Amino acid sequence: MVVAGGSADVARMVIKIKCHDNFMFDQSIKKEFPIFNHHPDLVYLDSAATALKPQCVIDAMNKYYTEYSANVHRGIYALSNRATAAYEQAREDVASFIGAHPSEIIFTRNATEAINLVAYAWLRNHPLPFPLKGGGDGAVIGLSIAEHHSNIVPWQSVVKCQLSNVKGSTLRYLEVDANGELIIPDHYFESINFLALTHVSNVLGTVNPIKEIIKQAHEHHVPVLIDASQSVPHMKVDVGDLDCDFLVFSGHKLGGPTGIGVLYAKSSRLQEMEPFITGGDMIREVHRDYSVWNDVPHKFEAGTPHIAGAIGLAAAVNWLKSLGWNDIRKHEEAILSNISCQLSNVKFENRSASWQMKTENWILGPREIEKRSGLISFNFPNIHAHDVAQLLDEQNIAIRAGHHCAMPLHEYLGLVASCRASVWVYNTEEDVERLVVGIKSVQKRL
Amino acid sequence: MSMYREQILDHYKNPRNRGRLDDFTHYSGKVSNPLCGDEVEVWVQMSIVNCQLSNIVAIGFDGHGCAICIASASLLTEWAKEKEIQEVEQMTSETVTDLLGISLTPVRLKCALLVRDALREALSRGVIM
Repeated sequence: MVVAGGSADVARMVIKIKCHDNFMFDQSIKKEFPIFNHHPDLVYLDSAATALKPQCVIDAMNKYYTEYSANVHRGIYALSNRATAAYEQAREDVASFIGAHPSEIIFTRNATEAINLVAYAWLRNHPLPFPLKGGGDGAVIGLSIAEHHSNIVPWQSVVKCQLSNVKGSTLRYLEVDANGELIIPDHYFESINFLALTHVSNVLGTVNPIKEIIKQAHEHHVPVLIDASQSVPHMKVDVGDLDCDFLVFSGHKLGGPTGIGVLYAKSSRLQEMEPFITGGDMIREVHRDYSVWNDVPHKFEAGTPHIAGAIGLAAAVNWLKSLGWNDIRKHEEAILSNISCQLSNVKFENRSASWQMKTENWILGPREIEKRSGLISFNFPNIHAHDVAQLLDEQNIAIRAGHHCAMPLHEYLGLVASCRASVWVYNTEEDVERLVVGIKSVQKRL
Repeated sequence: MSMYREQILDHYKNPRNRGRLDDFTHYSGKVSNPLCGDEVEVWVQMSIVNCQLSNIVAIGFDGHGCAICIASASLLTEWAKEKEIQEVEQMTSETVTDLLGISLTPVRLKCALLVRDALREALSRGVIM
């Protein structure tokens, strides 16, 4: 459903997309995902919300719970040592997955909590680095209109905060062009103190050129946080290469369990952070009136952590690495380009005489498949996204419909909702066929 | 069973009572569900007998939304016509789901109940003369 009044005409027809046929994985990969034993007919196209779990992740967590379920960092006995070793090995595996040092990896509940940790433990607590020339009080926080709510709301709460470090802070949004790509105005980096940016948009699918952006930001001494939730399942992300100050992601979007996420922070930034949540495990000494903090990263992991979650996440990243990034990318390009090609061939009858727009279907984001990753969002004139998703569900096809936790972006695009098909390694050529047949039947019925 | 049975599709494609009333005693304003962008407004003309509100003489709605939202608006406004105000005020979520004749998931129930919320809002706002 499209409404008038959007400030950018980003939604538009994809005219020509080259179809790739390099499908690297066939139906047999589904055998590694036990959910397909229970739902053999399922076409799962909502991996951007959460990915399905491979058996090896479930096995790793079960093994912890059944064979060495003990607490970490405190026991003298063998089981506790084994649990501690597995938990810290998980930290090493995750660190190596993104090219970091293990002491720079903090386990959180999810990307949202990781962003909040930076907002509370770093931005609110630390005197603003490099105040702006002629700037007012507080920080100017840069972000894009295409952020997920999780990378907007924590910064809004900084703006509302009355602490002297950040009182008077403001947000400065980057907008996107008609191809769904970021528009960076001249002198932008001179006008902000800090930048929080997504690597891949969870609605447009755009891969932002973050390496270049981080370089430019650093030239103006602007620290950068990258939300990598939508990129780490699909591409090699190396924090050393990117040189970002902070990077966050959720475990469940790359096949790991829910309830575990990651904050990467440069060790120099970690030194600037005060603990956010306090309690056990994050301390070295506790006295009646004061405590001494533990070393990083433990200083930021108060209480018994999600031990099984960290172990499951490590199993997921190791499994993903074993597939090979080149094959993953080739496969996803084949899936995405086939969805775009076939969707742009579905013609829609115009039922309402008052409908002013073209009746071809509409696809959001970059028309070049090389510039996008993981998903395709689309919209049909006069058919509400909910109806599309509901009718597809009747054919066991799971897509997302709504604003995908990106209301400011939808408002900017002049949309109230969109449909999103997001893919991962288990999606196949057959899934694309089923989606297209499904959409044709939706069009016929509504 | 499909949510999109024939009767619902008929009310979606050919909604009854769609359009603003020229003469009305009650108006809801725009009632919306920001999560999906659905928006409904309802106009009611109520007869007045012995200085008391009596029956719904005419009812109209307008708005945009999914098939369930629009079909519900069509069905509920049909149901409310001619009814006494007391009866309309006692409508529940079952009133709407019974009219639809399907079971709805919690998310979709909100789509179906938007028109009920709008009708309640119109009645609670008092008489516009």
